[in-house]
Amino acid sequence: MSEKRRVSLAVNGTAYEETIETRLTLADFLRHQLGLTGTHLGCEHGVCGACTVLVDGYSVRSCLMLAVQAGGSDITTVEGIAPSKDELHPLQEAFRDNHGLQCGFCTPGMLTTLVEFLRDNPSPTERDVREAISGNLCRCTGYQGIVDAALDAAQRLKGQDRTAGPDGGESP
Amino acid sequence: MKPPPFSYHDPATITEAVELLATLDNAKLLAGGQSLMAMLNMRYAQPDHVIDLNRVEGLSYIRATGDGLEIGAMTRQRDVEFSNDVRRLCPLLNEAMPLVGHRQTRNRGTFGGSLAHFDSSAEIPTVCAGLDAVLRVAGPRGEREIAFKDFPAGYLSTSMELDEVLVSVRLPAWGAGHGFGFEEFARRHGDFAIVSAAALLEAGTDGRITRASLTLGGIGSAPVRVAQAEAALMGEPGSVETFAAAAEMARGIDAHEDIHAPAAYRQHLAVVLSRRALEKAWSRVEGN
Repeated sequence: MSEKRRVSLAVNGTAYEETIETRLTLADFLRHQLGLTGTHLGCEHGVCGACTVLVDGYSVRSCLMLAVQAGGSDITTVEGIAPSKDELHPLQEAFRDNHGLQCGFCTPGMLTTLVEFLRDNPSPTERDVREAISGNLCRCTGYQGIVDAALDAAQRLKGQDRTAGPDGGESP
Repeated sequence: MKPPPFSYHDPATITEAVELLATLDNAKLLAGGQSLMAMLNMRYAQPDHVIDLNRVEGLSYIRATGDGLEIGAMTRQRDVEFSNDVRRLCPLLNEAMPLVGHRQTRNRGTFGGSLAHFDSSAEIPTVCAGLDAVLRVAGPRGEREIAFKDFPAGYLSTSMELDEVLVSVRLPAWGAGHGFGFEEFARRHGDFAIVSAAALLEAGTDGRITRASLTLGGIGSAPVRVAQAEAALMGEPGSVETFAAAAEMARGIDAHEDIHAPAAYRQHLAVVLSRRALEKAWSRVEGN
């Protein structure tokens, strides 16, 4: 028995129409069917957070969602957060500059989680950041570099807003 | 670590969902999937049919009613966490929501899913126990309401029949100016509570307690009200001694034992967390 469905969805701005086995998780669909292996799978039961992607802008564990459930949705994976092929997202730059990763396995989940978090909380405290990434396990860094990177990224993202605004204030 | 093969159904109405559940053998309802998907991946659950409720219309809402709140079963936990109506009418629930799993699981997990799955250490069932929630379920015999006190039927088990679907939950609001407190002990942020305590208090103009609710989560197979403490608090002035004495009554509650903690430790936590929750609730009673 391998039941299949035809599903339309967008991933990183590209529209796909795919035939998907109904029991396939969104994580396995992204990795194996679309070849987007940036999304990592650590535990496959919703504990480690490595597989976090954005579904319609909200962070979601892609191992705890069926791919067929994403029909009609707009998915952003770690491959889709940078503005272009030659540029990093300010959060990615901050991770690089603050040693926010070592082996890099948890990084895709950290980044997608923090993209959403910093969008909703542009001025977080250290405690806020630690709570935000409480669902993402990292076994290399001791989290310190990741927390520093997130706080640094918050500043960089604010800087971006200022340059966009007319007089150093808020964007129009 | 992949789900077993199953037939997937995604009904658009509750009537269709009920019909599927009544006719299909070995079917499982899929709400937010934050427990069931893990159970499928690990093959703890091997249903022949999965009935996905995510496309069922009209199950996701938070409504202020005359006497409290009504929350649709498929309302995302995130929406409950950030709801102004919840903050205004059921502040105890608002206080507990950030402790439910993590941001990523609250974005997907549902209010009703947590109740139907019924992990005794989950925060949502504990709050619902404290508020005397009323659960509305739909089945082939029509709809019926279940008072929360009649809802538990053992570990991870409820009094819903196998062919019934949870559709909404009513949370009666406490009086304006009531106090509330939710306290829990977990190994890490976002973990299930080893023990949690939820307290609600109202007081008269003379500063004496006129209404009290104290609930423990994580201690047994279901959240449990500490009725003896609630009765003892009535008519008492809110003082450190009053709350310490009431909290001590939590030690007598039957506690289970697992790899996280022995029963005696849970009972110790029950006393400490009850006291803290009651003191916090009292500090928030209007006029205190």
